[in-house]
Amino acid sequence: MYKESEESVPLLPLQQESMASALFNTDQNDNSERRRHDNSERRRNDNPESETNGQPQNNIQQVVEQDEEEDEELTLKYGAKHVIMLFVPVTLCMVVVVATIKSVSFYTRKDGQLIYTPFTEETETVGQRALNSILNAAIMISVIIVMTILLVVLYKYRCYKVIHGWLIISSLLLLFFFSFIYLGEVFKTYNVAMDYITLALMIWNFGVVGMICIHWKGPLRLQQAYLIMISALMALVFIKYLPEWTAWLILAVISVYDLVAVLCPKGPLRMLVETAQERNETLFPALIYSSTMVWLVNMAEEDPEAQRKASKNSTYDKQAPANQAQNEDAEADDGGFSQEWQQQRDSRIGPIESTPESRAAVQALPSNSQTSEDPEERGVKLGLGDFIFYSVLVGKASATASGDWNTTLACFVAILIVCCSAFFPDESTVVFCLHLQFFCKSRAQR
Amino acid sequence: KKPPPAPGCGFAAPGAALVLSFPHRAFFWLVSLLLASLIWFVSVHLSDQEDSKLQYGLLVFGAAVSVLLQEVFRFAYFKLLKKADEGLAMISEDGRSPISLKQMAYVSGLSFGIISGVFSVINILADSIGPGIVGIHGDSPYYFITSAFLTMALVFLHTFWGVIFFDACEKRRYWCLGLVVASHLVTSGLTFLNPWYEASLVPIYIITVCMGVWAFFTAGGSFRNVLKCLSCKASRPQRSR
Repeated sequence: MYKESEESVPLLPLQQESMASALFNTDQNDNSERRRHDNSERRRNDNPESETNGQPQNNIQQVVEQDEEEDEELTLKYGAKHVIMLFVPVTLCMVVVVATIKSVSFYTRKDGQLIYTPFTEETETVGQRALNSILNAAIMISVIIVMTILLVVLYKYRCYKVIHGWLIISSLLLLFFFSFIYLGEVFKTYNVAMDYITLALMIWNFGVVGMICIHWKGPLRLQQAYLIMISALMALVFIKYLPEWTAWLILAVISVYDLVAVLCPKGPLRMLVETAQERNETLFPALIYSSTMVWLVNMAEEDPEAQRKASKNSTYDKQAPANQAQNEDAEADDGGFSQEWQQQRDSRIGPIESTPESRAAVQALPSNSQTSEDPEERGVKLGLGDFIFYSVLVGKASATASGDWNTTLACFVAILIVCCSAFFPDESTVVFCLHLQFFCKSRAQR
Repeated sequence: KKPPPAPGCGFAAPGAALVLSFPHRAFFWLVSLLLASLIWFVSVHLSDQEDSKLQYGLLVFGAAVSVLLQEVFRFAYFKLLKKADEGLAMISEDGRSPISLKQMAYVSGLSFGIISGVFSVINILADSIGPGIVGIHGDSPYYFITSAFLTMALVFLHTFWGVIFFDACEKRRYWCLGLVVASHLVTSGLTFLNPWYEASLVPIYIITVCMGVWAFFTAGGSFRNVLKCLSCKASRPQRSR
């Protein structure tokens, strides 16, 4: 899977971006502070236009005279928040997986293998076992590559229905079938008596709410929780059904493949992301964990302007398939307000028409009112594959370590380093780069 | 012409950056532990497995190697941070680094302490949940509580050693360095006196207190500061939000 941040890859529909910039009316101070940090922290030239929406960049010069302490505090808030947004879900997923592995013995019991890994590892010689695991890994990786290419081809040729059907079937399987098995095993472990009727109700509710949250609209936290749960379930399945050497090999090869697929110009994942970027669409909701702040729900209720914007947001969720949203918007260009809402608004503040001109006028207004969030707090997105990958790593380590927690902890620390450095380069990472730089400079000067 | 701010300006905020880069520091300690255990593992396999005295000797040797490697990695981390400090000072706007060396020393020591403490105690904690009776085979029944105290001492010690070590490296007082390494070796050696807990825990705590006082004075504290801190707590303005 791939990683990107909002600032560098604008995956949101264009309307939302322009509205976001008009919306994020903080004081001159904060906005320009964050813009400066945004410009310096992410790739600088990336999309200042989308943030400012045509507003001049001269307020950046004002930033230079800002208070040092305020400066520090903002970077502190900004940087820390991003890291926490990232490693809390990853940690949660790993905690769930490790807790399950340590308590429920079902997931460490060998009950056969997947059809993707036909070769057994119960062989006489070490060489045979190595060969079998290499073959298993090769088959698994080729299956993954084929599926990825299929997905990219389907996306390129706009076969959205097929993709959505595929995603819906897979999330149905995860949310109903796998969670049913999981729940059953947990009950067996803790010797809890449960009748089928209660179980059916629980699974039904869990599954249906999960489908709604992931594929349609739902509270952000609930959606995040569901994504973490299905990643954990998927990771547990892999831990159970992949034999040891195969699992480690697959993990190694997948990380290499991940790098190649994302960084290589012709890599399938890169093509996917670029196509999505070109079309200004969001990618599939069922495959991405987004830590976006809930600025939809937190909107101030009193401010009519914000209310109008909030309503516009809530009528199309950014997670919904973007093409559908764009179609809807084109057909009813009343700004996306529903009829009843318009009546409500008319009765409250008098008849106001939301036309493109009025919206443009609003957007051109200078920033002068307080808001709750700002562009930079849009957060990061992480593919679910990464969650599953890390969880399988930690889970396998804790499963094979026969009760030793040190191994699990060491893996956990290693993964945190990857997360923290990839998304939040701190002084240690910069040190390496700087060290290299100094080294090269000193060599050059000699 | 002002140099552009470095990518990842997050470390301009010392608090968050130092705390959140805990995994990096922990990783350094883990690598030292890995190397030491590799050495021990190899030496055990190359030696006679039946000779218990030899195995015990190898264990002591392994522990000593581990201590030395930890200090080596602490030194390596110090070097790394110095380089980063220079780099940050160069590229920062006012020519000085935003993170002070003392802060770095403290956090680095603390991180080493946390990870080493966690590694010492987490298996014991996990076992303490399960059914069982402590020391039923004739071992000390105080195993859990003494392990807890020992871990606490270890965490404190690593923190103090970090502070003293960095300061000693900065001011090139090599006798300080030697003293830190020696005290680490002594502490590690004292744990071999377990289960004679009076002989091991009490001296370790004495060492901890001494190190603590030393680190306090190294970090620039003084008796007067303590008094001032205790008396003027209310009137001191809150520096960081």
